[in-house]
Amino acid sequence: MKKLINNPESVVKEMIEGLLAAHPNYLRKLENINVIVRKDAPVEGKVGLVSGGGSGHEPAHAGYVGYGMLDAACPGEVFTSPTPDQMYEAIKAVNSGKGVLLIIKNYTGDVMNFEMAREMAQAEGIEVDQVIVNDDVAVENSTWTQGRRGIAGTVFVHKIAGAKAQEGASLKEVKRVAEKVIANVRSMGMALTPCTVPAAGKPSFTLQEDEMEIGIGIHGEPGTHREKIKHVDEIVEHLMDKIINDLPYKSGDEVAVMINGMGGTPLMELYIANRKVAEILKEKDIKVYKTYVGEFMTSLEMSGFSITLLKLDEELKALLDAKADTPAFKQL
Amino acid sequence: MVITKEDVLKVIDKIVEVIRENKEYLTELDSAIGDADHGINMDRGFEAVKQKLATIPENSDIGTILKTVGMTLVSTVGGASGPLYGTAFMRAGQAVQGKTELTEEDVVKIFEAALQGIKDRGKAQAGDKTMIDSIEPAYKALKESLENNIALPEALKRAVNAAKEGMEYTKNISARKGRASYLGERSIGHIDPGATSSYLMIKALADVINLL
Ligand SMILES: Nc1ncnc2c1ncn2[C@@H]1O[C@H](COP(=O)(O)OP(=O)(O)O)[C@@H](O)[C@H]1O
Ligand SMILES: [Mg+2]
Repeated sequence: MKKLINNPESVVKEMIEGLLAAHPNYLRKLENINVIVRKDAPVEGKVGLVSGGGSGHEPAHAGYVGYGMLDAACPGEVFTSPTPDQMYEAIKAVNSGKGVLLIIKNYTGDVMNFEMAREMAQAEGIEVDQVIVNDDVAVENSTWTQGRRGIAGTVFVHKIAGAKAQEGASLKEVKRVAEKVIANVRSMGMALTPCTVPAAGKPSFTLQEDEMEIGIGIHGEPGTHREKIKHVDEIVEHLMDKIINDLPYKSGDEVAVMINGMGGTPLMELYIANRKVAEILKEKDIKVYKTYVGEFMTSLEMSGFSITLLKLDEELKALLDAKADTPAFKQL
Repeated sequence: MVITKEDVLKVIDKIVEVIRENKEYLTELDSAIGDADHGINMDRGFEAVKQKLATIPENSDIGTILKTVGMTLVSTVGGASGPLYGTAFMRAGQAVQGKTELTEEDVVKIFEAALQGIKDRGKAQAGDKTMIDSIEPAYKALKESLENNIALPEALKRAVNAAKEGMEYTKNISARKGRASYLGERSIGHIDPGATSSYLMIKALADVINLL
């Protein structure tokens, strides 16, 4: 394992210290617990938005804490859901009396830990509701399983629900737009190389020099299948085919596009991927309203990327365009 | 046979030790069908349990001890196994609230409450390729053995064997709950990490009781 770290046991702690040192105008940490909140939390007259998940996905989620997005983020250990006490403290810290919405990625651990936190907060009389993001089309959505995973599409939920909350909307209204995003967002990713959880010390899977994993999760979970590497245009075609047919996105639709690097992919390659995405959308007469290219939801040093499409209507467009000012996402 | 509070603490110490020894193995199992953190999560949790129990008041009863274990796991393990094992120990503690000694029946109650807690929290059933696949058969074997007047150490040995079989059976089935469910059929051929940690804990319990 070759990493810029001091000690595998202290990566989360030291990352948080560096994050706070970099963004003192945006963020503060609650005492004695790993919860990052907006500097001015709780914001009067605003529904509080709390998200969280394992660390290793930076800038998710702490990078999205700030004006027009999240009020708090709970970073867990690397790739491990945070614990209920973190979430419970986050809920209390951001509740201004208007209630709190939890934005949860659909993983058993995240869902259960947030559920315990919600029970604790509700027992204290705090109004708490939740939405569960499950945008990854790679995994089967069957009632027999946990259902689809939540991946990069979650950032659109943060942005749009965050904008709605910033307007002073009620918890019910904020939840409604969050669910609208979830209903209209789809993603899929792939990996060229695995990633190594610092405490594990070795990669969670191996890929041959000429192999890639299609449908990879953001925790290095194996995807749908493995195959010989192809040109990026062909890879994009495959991912887009799965994504577009899933909703489905149709001729005349308007979408926001996110090309998300997994941590170890040059921006150059992401733009090359986006070139093909734009071409396919044009062919299908799907209009691109806005494109985001960069690292939004990473997977440590994994090289690979995911594509996310969000179908927009006038309401979602306005909320996407609303002001946001956070360390990792700015809309001016 | 009575199990004292000291015996319970010995069992917990043994669990801490066994989880530590198997930290890498459990993580390896989780890298095949999950996200390579189960051993790390469990070891972090039980290490915290050890620290916490060192500070617990002398006169704490067994219920309080088990609840403390559960609460510590909930706040330190994270992932899916944190709330599941945390709930299991908290429910087990409730089942023997106020007791400073346990009878055979209490041990059955502990298993029953823990299993129910895991089911309530995670909504999984036997056959979903989870920790339930080793705990449920162990509980059944224990209960049946004691009903047939088999002594506790032997009944626990049977429970361990049942847990082992259940754990091994998870290799043949595909996951319907937890992270491994994303793999569907591709999860076949791999033992479930949670079923393995459960087996190890049940074995730790049986090993300690057997030496009493
Ligand atoms: N719904 C569930 N019910 C019971 N056990 C579950 C459930 N979901 C997952 N598990 C257990 O949790 C184990 C994984 O734990 P761990 O790796 O610590 O958490 P995570 O999956 O969040 O990374 C699995 O091997 C399985 O036995
Ligand atoms: Mg895991």
